[in-house]
Amino acid sequence: MKKEHSKEYQKYLNRQKGVTIGITAIQIGILILFVALWQVLTDAKVMDSFIVSSPKKMYEVLVTLISGGELWHHVWTTLYETILSFLLSTIIGTMVAIVLWFSATLRRVIEPYLVVLNALPKIALGPIIIIWVGAGTKAIVVMGVLISVIITIINTLTGFINVDKEKLLLMKTLNANKFQTLTKLVLPANIPTIMACLKINVGLSWVGTIMGEYISSKAGLGYLIIYGGQVFNLSLVMCSTVILCLLAAVMYAIVALLEHLVKRKLG
Amino acid sequence: MESVLDLRNVSLTYYGKKGETKALSDINLSIYKGEFFGIVGPSGSGKTTLLSILAGIMKPTEGEILSGEENLRDITGYMLQRDQLFKWRTITDNVMLGLEIKGKKNKETIAYAEELLKKYSLFDVKDKHPDELSGGMRQRTALIRTLVLNPRIILLDEPFSALDFQTRLSVGEDVRMIIKNEGITAILVTHDISEAIALCDRVAVLTRRPATVKSIYEIQMSGDSFQRREKPEFQQYFHKIWRDLDLQDEEGTLKGIPKVP
Repeated sequence: MKKEHSKEYQKYLNRQKGVTIGITAIQIGILILFVALWQVLTDAKVMDSFIVSSPKKMYEVLVTLISGGELWHHVWTTLYETILSFLLSTIIGTMVAIVLWFSATLRRVIEPYLVVLNALPKIALGPIIIIWVGAGTKAIVVMGVLISVIITIINTLTGFINVDKEKLLLMKTLNANKFQTLTKLVLPANIPTIMACLKINVGLSWVGTIMGEYISSKAGLGYLIIYGGQVFNLSLVMCSTVILCLLAAVMYAIVALLEHLVKRKLG
Repeated sequence: MESVLDLRNVSLTYYGKKGETKALSDINLSIYKGEFFGIVGPSGSGKTTLLSILAGIMKPTEGEILSGEENLRDITGYMLQRDQLFKWRTITDNVMLGLEIKGKKNKETIAYAEELLKKYSLFDVKDKHPDELSGGMRQRTALIRTLVLNPRIILLDEPFSALDFQTRLSVGEDVRMIIKNEGITAILVTHDISEAIALCDRVAVLTRRPATVKSIYEIQMSGDSFQRREKPEFQQYFHKIWRDLDLQDEEGTLKGIPKVP
């Protein structure tokens, strides 16, 4: 449906559009300027390319990784671990929150444990995890899940408990049982909460996976970064970090898009 | 007259961490079939508590309620202070909520719901979401959500308090007309004296906590709620009930209205 605008309104729209384009241009400009400056300064030996690498060197590393066929293997390993821990922590977290919502007594019993586990830096559990589940992918996924599952439980449960009291009363007057209250009111009312959780979990899953790869791994972007650091190949470190940045951004964008779609559907 | 609900010496005491509070004491009431019954009382007097008991959500500590039915929840429909429509459901789906929960969603009830939507001019917006509707239409939707369950008595807990004054008057009349039209008994709880007089056939005045019935007035006025508000008797009823509510305490400050700090 196309609406007719007044001339003034069209002018206003054009001006707004102009501002948006301008801001995007500046954002891209900053990036180009940064990369160019980096290259120029290392070429002129103002900065030591052995320490800070350079865009050209990073590009060479990327080409070597691609032609050697390793890149895909490393990217896939990290991606697989991240997506798996993201899905597992979201599913497990929501399930636990549902169970705790059902029983107020259990909730009161568990609460101090949740608080302590939430405060604990999960990386401290690294050695324990490796001994219990063995080094490698398993340990990394467990680490990723541990980092985000507790906060998922806490956030989702808070959303569940804070459902409008009046709406709960409505369900009560309709004689709804606990399960009906969950499926017809609590869950649908908390889709925004769960969506917000997904966004947080994307970031946390990356933290967990990379941390896990630092502790024990034979492949993955985290492995490349640690390995590059040990052999003083800063170009490899920087190149892997940039790839990581891009992947994380894409995954976040996908979740944000999902949130947008769900919001539109729910009105 | 035939009564549909009889309260005999109903009392209720709350037990909490800070001790016990007696909310209702010895309430005796008979609600007649098809009437619009109003209950007014100072804020915090236990009006909503009384309504919860009538809805079967709470059990009285003492006394009994005679309705000829085991469970009060089977014969009463409850309308809350706000419409409480679920924004993720369409108007039709909101109306179906009670039927879904009670497992009564079938061809007949769906047809009945559609009939009600048509009758009260909501059929054109049945696929819209509550956010797209006016306050009056939302309140009507909430009423139909209650009506499809075929209640014998509808309980109204200050259902217009969230609306602005103008909407409030017309929605009040709307709801009164629909309920009368369907031949259902209604019990309205409110702190708004004029609303009670304009809408109800009889009005009971409650005392402060612990609440008991102070007086019952039969409102002998004809016409709809707008016409009633214009009549000279309206003011007389208003003054009588106002005096009964006894808002002034010994020091002359208004009770039930929070003091400005």
